[in-house]
Amino acid sequence: MSDVLRVAFLPLTDVAVLAVARERGFAEEEGIFLDLVRTTSWATLRDRLVYGQVQGAQMLAPLAVAVTLGLSQQPAALAAPYKLNVNGNMLVMAPDFAKALEPDIARRLTDPLGTAHDFAAAIGLWRRKPVIGVVHRFSSHAIMLRYWLASAGIDPDRDVVLRVLPPSLTVEAMRAGEIDGFIAGEPWGSAAIEAGLAETVAIGERIWQRGVEKVLAFRQDWLEANPETVDRLLRALARAAAWCDDPAHHEALAVLLSDPRYVDQPAELIFGALSGRISARLGEAPVANPDFMLFAREATAFPWRSQALWIYSQLVRWGMVAHDAETAARAAAVFRPDIFRRALADSGLPMPGASMKLEGAVSAPMPVGAHRGDLTLGPDRFFDGRIFDPERIEDFLRDFAPQR
Amino acid sequence: MRIVIIDDSGLRATVLEEGLREAGYDDIHIVPPRGAFVARLERMAPDVVLMDLGSPSRDTLEEMLTVSRALARPIAMFVDQSDDAMIGAAIDAGVSAYVVDGLRKERVKPVLELAVRRFNAFARMQSELDEARTALADRKIVDRAKSILMNQRSLSEQDAYALLRSSAMNQGKKIVEVAQALITASDLLGGGI
Repeated sequence: MSDVLRVAFLPLTDVAVLAVARERGFAEEEGIFLDLVRTTSWATLRDRLVYGQVQGAQMLAPLAVAVTLGLSQQPAALAAPYKLNVNGNMLVMAPDFAKALEPDIARRLTDPLGTAHDFAAAIGLWRRKPVIGVVHRFSSHAIMLRYWLASAGIDPDRDVVLRVLPPSLTVEAMRAGEIDGFIAGEPWGSAAIEAGLAETVAIGERIWQRGVEKVLAFRQDWLEANPETVDRLLRALARAAAWCDDPAHHEALAVLLSDPRYVDQPAELIFGALSGRISARLGEAPVANPDFMLFAREATAFPWRSQALWIYSQLVRWGMVAHDAETAARAAAVFRPDIFRRALADSGLPMPGASMKLEGAVSAPMPVGAHRGDLTLGPDRFFDGRIFDPERIEDFLRDFAPQR
Repeated sequence: MRIVIIDDSGLRATVLEEGLREAGYDDIHIVPPRGAFVARLERMAPDVVLMDLGSPSRDTLEEMLTVSRALARPIAMFVDQSDDAMIGAAIDAGVSAYVVDGLRKERVKPVLELAVRRFNAFARMQSELDEARTALADRKIVDRAKSILMNQRSLSEQDAYALLRSSAMNQGKKIVEVAQALITASDLLGGGI
């Protein structure tokens, strides 16, 4: 008898670990039948989770924090014991707009700070405010875009128009001229480039080298009531994630995700992000970006509490929530390293010894303390060199440019 | 009470609108979620917004509800969060509803219940239509397979059908699958009719 688990997802490349857990039998080996429910908006994914139509969801990490803090419709305490990936976002803009930026794309992507300043100057040349699509107010993409724009003195709420639209509608909106560019998870940036509608302006991995992306979220009460099922699912996901990270499997993975039940886009488009070779402009050779998207290595899936707090700090920064110690603690508690440790204690995976760390402090691969095995963390710098100390949120916030 | 229906499917919106009018609501507007629908919605200042749960444009709508200055009063999804049965029924039926703050739940509940009934009726209609279409397509395939058997093996129509049926039973397949396999094989062998 296997447990049936319903998990909601959106058609994005970072559904990979869930799809592989189901299609390659990793879930079945743990006695779990994974019923993956495709949805087309984050609102519907959230409602299905909050109102109990599904037990789990592939969720934008900031949305899990926002729902818990009561910032996105019906409040519900959510719990994220597992990160499905880090990185995988890309900001693309219409070629007309991108003309004002560094023309050599490889150089443009290597220098996000310079590009942000070029972008600021380009706004003056554009005859109106640029309209940039973001997938959700509480998305890693929107938070990263705001961070990047603000580094060049651009006020994301005043100097540009941020328009919310789901990833699957971004390419059509570009075609119809409703937006000038967008930031979204793959393969949607690649799809717009392939259609000749856009070129890459920034890559998520160059803004924050290890940017938190999708998490596996549950309702907290359900998670507490079903420890054994949760543990088995996490073990299945850990094996699926290792499979996804293996370059030998990237082609097969791209084909699997291209299926209409998952992403429903050509496998060649999906392959770019998986292999870290993104075609940044139509007709040009791909730019090598080996860390474009991570699933397993460097304990990618480990939900560091400091990362939930970094997300929280950005919500505070943009006035989406008022800061106090109690709210910060609730935000941090969304990430559940304790559950991760419990589930994967006997898995042989290297297990971080701490639950919090400085974010943005590692500039070269660094061995760290682990309960077991060798754990090397990859570089996780922010492009502006800031370091986030989760114990000193107030100092971190004070350090940002003039607040409104 | 001003009700706005945001829907891609003209037919479903019409089915819902008719139901609401029959129930005595007369201030009803249908807005497709395309182009500048957000601006149109702001001008309309609705009390209740009904939207297909499966519409990809829900995120766009919710963002507008969050930032719009025109809609001064906050809008929540579902008016009475304690009514689990109602919410469950709405999600099952694929209805999402946004209601302005201050509207009494007794006034909103009938609207929501009606939307749920109409959405369900529409879904039934659609699946019946799909079934009818499939049945028709299946019958055409079986008819073609029968005539191949009648021609090639000089069987009566009744015997041709019996042969298809017994093959299907023996192989644990549907008759239409066996019929399709026969047609494919016959095409490959150049014996098409």
